[in-house]
Amino acid sequence: MSVLTTNYLTPSGREEAWRFTPLKRLHGLHDGVAVISDRVSLSVKNGLPSGVSFTREDLNPLAQSDDVIIERIRGASKSVSHLSIAANSEIAEPIFLSRSKGAVDTAEFSRVRISLGSNARAIVIVENTTDTVLAEDLEISLAPGSDLKFVTLQEFEAESVYAARHHAVIDKDATFKSVTVTVGGDVVRILPTVEFIAPGASANLLGVYFATAGQFFEHRIHVDHAVPHAKSNVNYKGALAGQDAHTVWIGDVLIRAAAEGTDTYELNRNLLLSDGARADSVPNLEIETGEIIGAGHASTTGRFDDEQLFYLMSRGISVNDARRLVVRGFFNEIVLEIGDQVVQDRIMDRIDSELEKAASNV
Amino acid sequence: MSTLEIRGLEVTVDTDNGVVEILKGVDLTIKSGETHAIMGPNGSGKSTLAYSIAGHPKYTITRGTVTLDGADILEMSVDERAKAGLFLAMQYPVEVPGVSVSNFLRTAATALRGEAPKLRTWVTEVKSAMEALNMDPAFATRNVNEGFSGGEKKRHEIMQLELLKPKMAILDETDSGLDVDALRIVSEGVNRAKEANNLGVILITHYTRILRYIKPDFVHVFANGRIVEQGGPELAEKLEANGYADYVSK
Repeated sequence: MSVLTTNYLTPSGREEAWRFTPLKRLHGLHDGVAVISDRVSLSVKNGLPSGVSFTREDLNPLAQSDDVIIERIRGASKSVSHLSIAANSEIAEPIFLSRSKGAVDTAEFSRVRISLGSNARAIVIVENTTDTVLAEDLEISLAPGSDLKFVTLQEFEAESVYAARHHAVIDKDATFKSVTVTVGGDVVRILPTVEFIAPGASANLLGVYFATAGQFFEHRIHVDHAVPHAKSNVNYKGALAGQDAHTVWIGDVLIRAAAEGTDTYELNRNLLLSDGARADSVPNLEIETGEIIGAGHASTTGRFDDEQLFYLMSRGISVNDARRLVVRGFFNEIVLEIGDQVVQDRIMDRIDSELEKAASNV
Repeated sequence: MSTLEIRGLEVTVDTDNGVVEILKGVDLTIKSGETHAIMGPNGSGKSTLAYSIAGHPKYTITRGTVTLDGADILEMSVDERAKAGLFLAMQYPVEVPGVSVSNFLRTAATALRGEAPKLRTWVTEVKSAMEALNMDPAFATRNVNEGFSGGEKKRHEIMQLELLKPKMAILDETDSGLDVDALRIVSEGVNRAKEANNLGVILITHYTRILRYIKPDFVHVFANGRIVEQGGPELAEKLEANGYADYVSK
């Protein structure tokens, strides 16, 4: 480990970026108190098809970050786990990356790079399981014309802390789609961020999260439209059940003066399934040019629709089954975007069991 | 043989302007195989009667009883009422996003029959129910009532009536928003369910049109929260000629 010579600005909790996060529960990831182990938990689950490599190498960051945890990771390590998909490779089957067993008395600083060469196509699914304290700087580089579906599954166990930035840098005519699923962990804070560096690219950022009693899940999206004619869509859906379940969704979309012809829409919907839970939802559009195709946002937070429950129950379906159907239905639209039946079933089962757990605690 | 018995039913609803009394003492007895048309002007409380029997949480029963074969329906939860044999075909069926028709039907059939229907026979059962109502097979994969036309929603309600086989059905303005062809198809579905299961029917409607297809044994005129006149099918003809004016002024 390199020596910490840099003076990092430790957040106090009053900063805009940290105002929701329970800093005390971050196991010292933000203030340097965490004891950093040298474990490298990410690995390829199955064999790699030709045109794909997974190596450890020293890489400079793709893009700057103003997040203190990301800065600390970068200060500590140059070494990056690099999944590289060669130009013109079309990988039909998903590439799974998974985690080895972690620990919660020490923390892991992880740097990951996923890069697609020109016109490459791939689906990458990252399975974040186990109990761990993990801070991760994950960067994605999409060369012109490439197409990536990037699925991250936060299925951590109960004590886990995950603080990460998933940053995509998208070149000309490239297509990026992410599906971010957060259903496990004590504190999960992800910055899904996107930066367009040439025209004609698109980003579709989808997510679902389900927080139960005491869990804190934060998704802080940032889409930077710095170039003309890029398209972005953000759609995150969350459900909360149980005392002190807390979710935060921030949707920052910046359309810079140069970004003529931008088309963007962001949506966040939250379903509050019990009292004592709190969903913060802050869409934020900043527009510096009027020459755009469209820019919009919507945010809703509501409870179970009594009419839906009544309709289902009037057909003999019990209240618990009716709730389960409605919650599954709510998430279905996005979970189906994962495109892998085994993963989809596992996530839906997890959502069912979270719901059951929450119902038995009421 | 089943009997649904409504005695002295009084119902209120909470509104922004306070508690409003809607049903002011309804008495009605329906036996298996009988069809009772309840006709009346808008706002007379017909739909409130339907939803109160089905157990919608919006309505408060302040007096009276509803029993099915002696069992107290009002003590039951909404799903228990369905399990006891009641069915409400809604005027405005509710959209349930992300839940497919086939998943919904199978969940309902499983709940009502106490076990999951055998997959092979179930698929055939659903397919023939859909065919009988002139429904596109692709319908099963769509989300419940989402983006359905008015006619599709009503067909979907009657398909459930045929599949779920209740003892007593309340059809709340099933005829509204249907063109002549759809009205005939939907009515045939109701008649099949009557035939197959000796179903008792409460048919709520404004218009006599549907009574040409579904023959009532009894006609009740509903006004101002109660039944104000009862008779046979000839009463419907009188209403067709004279309208509700006589009853509304009472």
